Amino acid sequence: MIDKSTLWIVIIGLGLGSYLLRFTFIGLVGDRPMPAWLLRHLRYTAVAVLPALVAPQVVWPQATGGEPDIARMAAAVVTLAVGYRTGNVFAGLFAGAATLTVMLSLAG
Amino acid sequence: MPTTTSKTTGAASYFRKGLRDGAPFVLVVGPFAVLFGVLATEAGLNVLEILAFSVVVIAGAAQFTALQLMTENAPTVVVLASALAVNLRMAMYSASLTPWLGAAPLWQRALIAYFTLDQSYACAIGRYEAEPHMSLRERIGYFAGAVLPVVPTWYGCTVAGALLGSRIPESMALDFALPITFLALVAPMLRTPAHMIAAFVSIVVSLLAAGVPWSLGLIIAAVCGMMAGARAELWFVAKRPAP
Repeated sequence: MIDKSTLWIVIIGLGLGSYLLRFTFIGLVGDRPMPAWLLRHLRYTAVAVLPALVAPQVVWPQATGGEPDIARMAAAVVTLAVGYRTGNVFAGLFAGAATLTVMLSLAG
Repeated sequence: MPTTTSKTTGAASYFRKGLRDGAPFVLVVGPFAVLFGVLATEAGLNVLEILAFSVVVIAGAAQFTALQLMTENAPTVVVLASALAVNLRMAMYSASLTPWLGAAPLWQRALIAYFTLDQSYACAIGRYEAEPHMSLRERIGYFAGAVLPVVPTWYGCTVAGALLGSRIPESMALDFALPITFLALVAPMLRTPAHMIAAFVSIVVSLLAAGVPWSLGLIIAAVCGMMAGARAELWFVAKRPAP
């Protein structure tokens, strides 16, 4: 169970921090140019953060006690492949969820 | 910047265009928001807390990250650092919008900052680049239209998920809904070899650093991935023959 004061510290802190991230450039930089090296690194933020967040859970899922699981790995691969081919977030999400459901019901 | 065509009609027509382009994102944002409501309910949050989370933070991936780390009892500072790392891309969106919207009055830029989301950003930057002669008012109108369908969906479906939460059966393997959502979000972003290299390096480093406590491996892996992507981009640009 999540402690209530921790929860509100996180909600407010994350809200303020996220707003500052969104505001800093458009609000404070305005029309001034930014260094190319910074923009170049920022371009890869999403593709560097999201896979790093997911990879350990794909390989060592909590639900199986950390044992590698073929259904979850297959679902991850299908989600990536369909999302990449279609360029559509929802298509990837649906294909991955369907794969996981089918594989788990076959295994169970 | 001179705004030669700053008639209300132009802005209104671009507002409607924004509405049309933003509407399909409801199909992605709705289920994603329901999922947040469900997982947050499972973690023990009540409806008010869940709604406050979505209104104050208004960033799906970061909210999921914070929620997951809190259920793992990570220290608060680690929860905040990791979730903000996930949201660093918002700084990139903000930076990328600045040349197009930087001349707007401060109160409008302050509102745009709050409403800078994956969907509104993607819509807006696509339209601005396709029609570089839009006036500032038209750009603002378009942004407002693109964001309008998405935001009430995010708030409303979060609450729907919170109310539905307890009725979702355990057998649905919701533990893995989160990884699938992130993979679905990232897959369409793998547009260039440099993006793929960044993702690959971040995956390898995150697995090697999995033993680092409290998900700090995430930040290490993310920084390595960003550096790899930036390096790869320089390399591919240098390799390309001069025009």
